[in-house]
Amino acid sequence: MKLNLKVWRQKNAKVKGQFESYQVVANEHMSFLEMLDVLNESLVSGQKEPVAFEHDCREGICGTCNLVINGQPHGPQNGTTTCQLHMRHFKDGQTIVIEPFRAKAFPVLKDLVVDRSAFDRIIQAGGYVSVDTGQAPDGNTIPIGKDVAGQAFEAAACIGCGACVAACPNSSAMLFVGAKISHLALLPQGEVEAKKRAQKMVHQMDEEGFGMCSNITACEAECPKGISVENIARMNREYIGASFTSQDK
Amino acid sequence: MELNGNVPTGPLAEKWTKYKSSMPLVSPDNKRRLDVIVVGSGLAGAAAAASMGELGYNVKCFTFHDSPRRAHSIAAQGGINAAKNYKNDGDSIYRLFYDTIKGGDYRAREGNVHRLAEVSVDIIDQCVAQGVPFAREYSGMLDNRSFGGVQVQRTFYARGQTGQQLLIGAYQALSRQISLGNVTMYNRHEMLDVVLVEGKARGIITRNLVTGKLDRFAAHAVVLATGGYGNVFYLSTNAMMCNVTAAWRAVRRGALMANPCYTQIHPTCIPQYGDYQSKLTLMSESLRNDGRVWVPKNLDDAKAIREGKKKGKDIPEADRDYYLERRYPAFGNLVPRDVASRAAKVECDKGHGIVPTGLGVYLDFNAAIDRYGKSKAHSMNLESPSAQQIWELGQKVVEEKYGNLFEMYEKITGEDPYTNPMKIYPAVHYTMGGLWVDYNLQTNIPGLFALGECNFSDHGANRLGASALMQGLADGYFVIPYTIGTFLSKEIRTPRFKTDSPEFEEAEQSVHQRLTGFINNGGKQSAESFHRRLGKIMWDYCGMARTAEGLTTARRMIQELKAEFYADLYVPGTMDEFNPELEKATRVADFLELGEMMCLDALERQESCGGHFREEYQTEEGEAMRDDENMMFVSAWGWQDTSKEPELNKEPLIYENVKVAARSYK
Repeated sequence: MKLNLKVWRQKNAKVKGQFESYQVVANEHMSFLEMLDVLNESLVSGQKEPVAFEHDCREGICGTCNLVINGQPHGPQNGTTTCQLHMRHFKDGQTIVIEPFRAKAFPVLKDLVVDRSAFDRIIQAGGYVSVDTGQAPDGNTIPIGKDVAGQAFEAAACIGCGACVAACPNSSAMLFVGAKISHLALLPQGEVEAKKRAQKMVHQMDEEGFGMCSNITACEAECPKGISVENIARMNREYIGASFTSQDK
Repeated sequence: MELNGNVPTGPLAEKWTKYKSSMPLVSPDNKRRLDVIVVGSGLAGAAAAASMGELGYNVKCFTFHDSPRRAHSIAAQGGINAAKNYKNDGDSIYRLFYDTIKGGDYRAREGNVHRLAEVSVDIIDQCVAQGVPFAREYSGMLDNRSFGGVQVQRTFYARGQTGQQLLIGAYQALSRQISLGNVTMYNRHEMLDVVLVEGKARGIITRNLVTGKLDRFAAHAVVLATGGYGNVFYLSTNAMMCNVTAAWRAVRRGALMANPCYTQIHPTCIPQYGDYQSKLTLMSESLRNDGRVWVPKNLDDAKAIREGKKKGKDIPEADRDYYLERRYPAFGNLVPRDVASRAAKVECDKGHGIVPTGLGVYLDFNAAIDRYGKSKAHSMNLESPSAQQIWELGQKVVEEKYGNLFEMYEKITGEDPYTNPMKIYPAVHYTMGGLWVDYNLQTNIPGLFALGECNFSDHGANRLGASALMQGLADGYFVIPYTIGTFLSKEIRTPRFKTDSPEFEEAEQSVHQRLTGFINNGGKQSAESFHRRLGKIMWDYCGMARTAEGLTTARRMIQELKAEFYADLYVPGTMDEFNPELEKATRVADFLELGEMMCLDALERQESCGGHFREEYQTEEGEAMRDDENMMFVSAWGWQDTSKEPELNKEPLIYENVKVAARSYK
């Protein structure tokens, strides 16, 4: 199959970028990133600079890959990261527009590579259980219902890719933050610090320049791991609860 | 060189406890004055950095990823072993120790492995306390399943994403230490050299992958937790950026590389389907709890399937050869990985393969779907359910257990694994070899430590499933926080290091020279194309079956490829920018040297053991044949210089607590 690509090229964070057009011959068994590998290999062999894009595990779990493909974060297939997307979902002769995730809090570093360290700083603000190594009681001391463990797992399955932010017209990070707050608040081990955690993480989220929830749930629709917007509701509950009961100001 | 494993004396079960209570300590006040560098932020690195931060050391942690949460530990699927005996099925610390030693084909150090089994139970407790959402039973208790090479259920899991959940736990513990100021995190920094001052590891040189700037960092000790080197094969289940550079730079500075030829080829991966392919995808070993491996008995059927004229489901039961169940009745489909992989190769070599390349076998869930469906129908009091009803009920149970893996398979292959059996073939997955370390996890360079897959210590010649996560976290949470004290307790009077010494100057200069060399090389071929070619040589000659002749050929081919690499490599762009092609060039250069050393090690190891199968050394039934009389040692290779052969050092392996026997799973 022959494809026309329009790819965002940007030298670095300080200069303006623009779209450039490329033709590439691919086949339907390739993954989307293997198709970009083919493009890069041809650029390099022509002594031109390849397109910078981020990727690592190519199994849909590390959260590194992050493209907007024809206007959709991670492309057209639901519940799929860019690296798991295969060319059989595209047509011969199709034009494909490839852009980086766009958000104020995710500045472009080069071409399709963005800086998502804001997510790390939100976790550092409180996305953990404050337990040191060696303090733990036996793992079976506190029984946890199968369904509760399952719910916590589903929130914890977030891969931190940032598609929720890229999908939201307000560039809100509430799905990402809500997922972590839910994961830990649902479990007895994390419940102790739940309210304080919600306050700290929401505060950091605002500091980083993410917007307010737009209530259109595009985040859930584009999330490659199917993280539910119920997590945002749970975050709001913890946060509002905290503002009534919290001792620290 | 005399290699001393420094394993404490005394009875096996008491070594670690006694050692811990007698080892020198560093007082809290002194810890604050000691700096530790941790390179890598996967399970071992993140756990080590967090735990040492909690103890009060000043920790600097480095990763080449954009965030510590991206480390490849995240992709581990199946689970983590621990000798909890929650299932009341006869498990114990001794049994986990024994299974690991036997699984490793009697090529691992007894003392280290027993310690691993001991701390395994603490890991589960620690992870639960961090909020890792392990699978639970209806009672609320932790659930377990089985993995290959064992007859108990001791594997803890979180669906098919156990590595992700454990890594997020370690990442969160690390994040907490970062917020407390005990750990400074350096993302997008790649370590390109280790700096030795008076023979001790005192720092590293890094490249900032965004700006290209080279930086110097000094510390009292350096801990490498930089993973394995399976990507030397180009196609492997490793993530694209996994590489050997940090470990290899240490080797170039004098650290020993132990057993580099021990490579784990995982039996259940999605077969290769095209030349453009960039990586292979694992299908978790947990699938072998319920999946049955088979090929068609008749060569004609296999041929018809390869040509697309028949499908797996068309082959009647009587014409299927469940070769693992046939050859290994005691362990059946759950034989260890090396055994299962070799058996698949044997069938495909005989012409029974079921994919167009001939390199693929079936992993079939129909029997499990039927069994679960009947059981479910029974519990629902359904009277004489139809075959369709049973299938639907059973399919749901299988989906609940392995849904994400089936989905991943469907996405990659475009086929539905519920109706037509999965097609699988072995692929490179893990490397048991790594930097030589003693009981303290210290390399032969004082102050340089290696953890997790980066070291060689616990898995011998073959690793059991669900033991990599166990080892990474054991090393990071429960071993290094203690054993690093044996070195640092002697350093409490050593002031902080400056980075303007001649040693740092020399190291930075040599990195700079190397990188500009690549940029100015002016050739025509990309680093990627060399990597692909190296991978093919390694897979053909140093893969699942090796011969003296093949390995000799491979060494010559790699030497030629290396010469061509330095003559004709092309790297676009400059050094002072985000330049993934330059990163790749440094990694491929190191893979070329490592690859040759692996072939040399495989050539020198004149026996078959675990993942290392030399065709010259096999029983009449085609099983691996060890040579315990002459080969019971660890091969630790020292780099001389480019013109000389690496030097072989031997650490004898002594078994005092297990009877060394031929490994049988029959």
